[in-house]
Amino acid sequence: MTRIMKTTTATLALCVAGAAALAQEATLTIESWRSEDQAIWDDVLIPAFEAQHPEIDVQFTPTSPTEYNAALNARLDGGTGGDLITCRPFDGSLALYQRGQLSDISDLDGLDNFPDFAKAAWQTDDGSATFCVPMASVIHGFIYNAEAFEELGLEEPETVEDFFGVLDAIQEDGTYTPLAIGSADQWEAATMAYTNIGPTYWNGEEGRQALLDGSAEFTDPQFVKPFEVMQRWNNYMGRAYQAQGYTDSQNLFTLGRAAIYPAGSWEIGGFNQQAFFEMGAFPPPVEAAGDTCYISDHTDIGIGMNAASDAPEAARTFLEWVASAEFAELYTNQLPGFFSLSNAQFDVEDPLAQEMISWRQECESTIRVAHQILSRGEPNTWNNMWGVSSNVFNEASTPQEAAQTLQAGLESWYEPQQD
Amino acid sequence: MSDPKTDKPEGVPTRPAGRRKRRRAAGAHIFVFLAPALLIYTVFSIYPLIESLRLSLFDGLEDGTAVWAGLDNYATLLFDPNWATQFWRAFWNNLVLFFIHMVVQNPLGLLLAALLSLAPRFGSAYRTLIFVPTLLSVVIVGFIWELILSPLWGVSETLLGTIGLAWLYQPWLGLESSALATVSLISVWQYVGIPMMLIYAALLSIPDELIDAARVDGLGGWSIFWKVKLPLILPTLGIVAILTYIGNFTVSFDLIYSIQGSLGAPNFSTDVMGTLLFRTFFGQQLQVGDTHMGATIASMMFFIILVGVTIYLALVQRRLQRYEM
Repeated sequence: MTRIMKTTTATLALCVAGAAALAQEATLTIESWRSEDQAIWDDVLIPAFEAQHPEIDVQFTPTSPTEYNAALNARLDGGTGGDLITCRPFDGSLALYQRGQLSDISDLDGLDNFPDFAKAAWQTDDGSATFCVPMASVIHGFIYNAEAFEELGLEEPETVEDFFGVLDAIQEDGTYTPLAIGSADQWEAATMAYTNIGPTYWNGEEGRQALLDGSAEFTDPQFVKPFEVMQRWNNYMGRAYQAQGYTDSQNLFTLGRAAIYPAGSWEIGGFNQQAFFEMGAFPPPVEAAGDTCYISDHTDIGIGMNAASDAPEAARTFLEWVASAEFAELYTNQLPGFFSLSNAQFDVEDPLAQEMISWRQECESTIRVAHQILSRGEPNTWNNMWGVSSNVFNEASTPQEAAQTLQAGLESWYEPQQD
Repeated sequence: MSDPKTDKPEGVPTRPAGRRKRRRAAGAHIFVFLAPALLIYTVFSIYPLIESLRLSLFDGLEDGTAVWAGLDNYATLLFDPNWATQFWRAFWNNLVLFFIHMVVQNPLGLLLAALLSLAPRFGSAYRTLIFVPTLLSVVIVGFIWELILSPLWGVSETLLGTIGLAWLYQPWLGLESSALATVSLISVWQYVGIPMMLIYAALLSIPDELIDAARVDGLGGWSIFWKVKLPLILPTLGIVAILTYIGNFTVSFDLIYSIQGSLGAPNFSTDVMGTLLFRTFFGQQLQVGDTHMGATIASMMFFIILVGVTIYLALVQRRLQRYEM
């Protein structure tokens, strides 16, 4: 009798435990534009999380980058958005927060692991509420074909004149296209050219803050000079670069037909797979030897939670994990070129990524100049920057005209720039 | 051809008395048969149209709610310098696109149809081949042409080289001066099959007796085409023109978006109403999507199409003489 009782109690207990486990079980879906990271999430990141939290099931469901904003907005409005939302920096995510679609996660303990500049990309203007955990930044610079450099006896340029010396030498030899960049897709001109070499001239954060508070204008020499340098680039770009798009430039470089690729660090993963030669990287050259170097270390990707999530507790647990040192190390090493913004110390394995992240020590960091606040109105400064930067490449605008277009657009709606 | 004298005019007393009753009974049937189409059309076409017109009269606030704005959005679009330049540039590019289609695509379609109708058996393979691109996805067409015209991997320069014209080669898609024309011609290549098929069908429906009669009267092939066939297919040419007009506002977007992106590169030279609408409505990188301004642009497109079609119906369609054959 007692045995039966015991068995029954045990069975009952098991059932209750089972029910409790079932009740705790939650499924989280992650919205993202990084469809190329699917394998890394499925094979490494999610299993690492689920090993610690077996009761939470996580799915990574990305959308293609060009569709992401539109698709995400539609899904959030329709109430079918995922639990965890990969956040674009600044206004895109801020708008989602203001509409009540992203939760305020300011009280998340893990946020203490991040420096203020990293969190600023996902905070309200006054910094009172944080709505996404910073995941990674991308660093701009130049990736080069090390074998081509060796073959031609070239060294990494330090100053701008060195840089053009190197380009001349490659041009003279004729085997390689000196610079792999085109203007057909426009955004590379703004991203990999203007905001890559620009911080050197406007002293990074100093110049960016001056634009924000209205004490500097785009027509000031420090903002025109990068356009003047870019104008010199087009002698070294591929023939008919006007119709050369982003993927064309990538292929030109990885096929070994171009020597220098004005880059964002996000290329490292792809280049490691595609290119069959040794690669190196150097930061944007400075005007005079010994000047401080400035790099664009752009807060690019964060993750927040859908305010309408069915499993807010599970989503918070996941965000705490994303903010942990473990995630920082896993992510940075799985996705070389996406650098965790966490203060955690860890080793970067990929040599190219190691080189680029080391610039954080040597150079001053800033973010892309148009991204915070300045692209809030119409005309949109970042859209304008795409246009004028490629116009400078195409010789459709002079550097002065390009700067005037940016300034006129900004002045038309941004108060601090109006007096 | 029927003789108008044999048609009974309205209200002739010989009409049977039961006719009116039968007509009423038929009315119920008509409604039943129309209902499914009407319902689908209302739900998927009329309702969204009205909803989009309604959206354009509101303004969005930061927290996602909307307030009544009357015609403010229209005033902004047409008179605010930032919006007006974009709007009129896009409108102008659409007109250029329409013009290129009217002078290249439709005459070419007419020519191909005329040639095919001369030799229906021999032409059937060509008819299929010319029509196939219209069935391809715009993304594929855009990608193929981008590759063909690419300065790096494209065959166009080599092909020009084989006939000694390599010096003619330019990165056409990347130059402000030629990008819009190039995109238009790609679209012509893709869609020339549609006017060709419509006109071809119209040409085939012309009875042989008419042609024979014209020939007996001493007309040559050229005169037969101009004096007999062309007047008979004019209504079809009218339909083709109006389809081109509507298509150039709606269809042009896909191709331009897939080749030149939503900013109509280079330097907005291929920016049309569709791309302007897309980036305004859905946003573009740091530009946050504005459904209300987007709906305003969409409504303007609707009005432009409406005005164009109305003018056509009032001035052209009614004057076209139709012949029964």
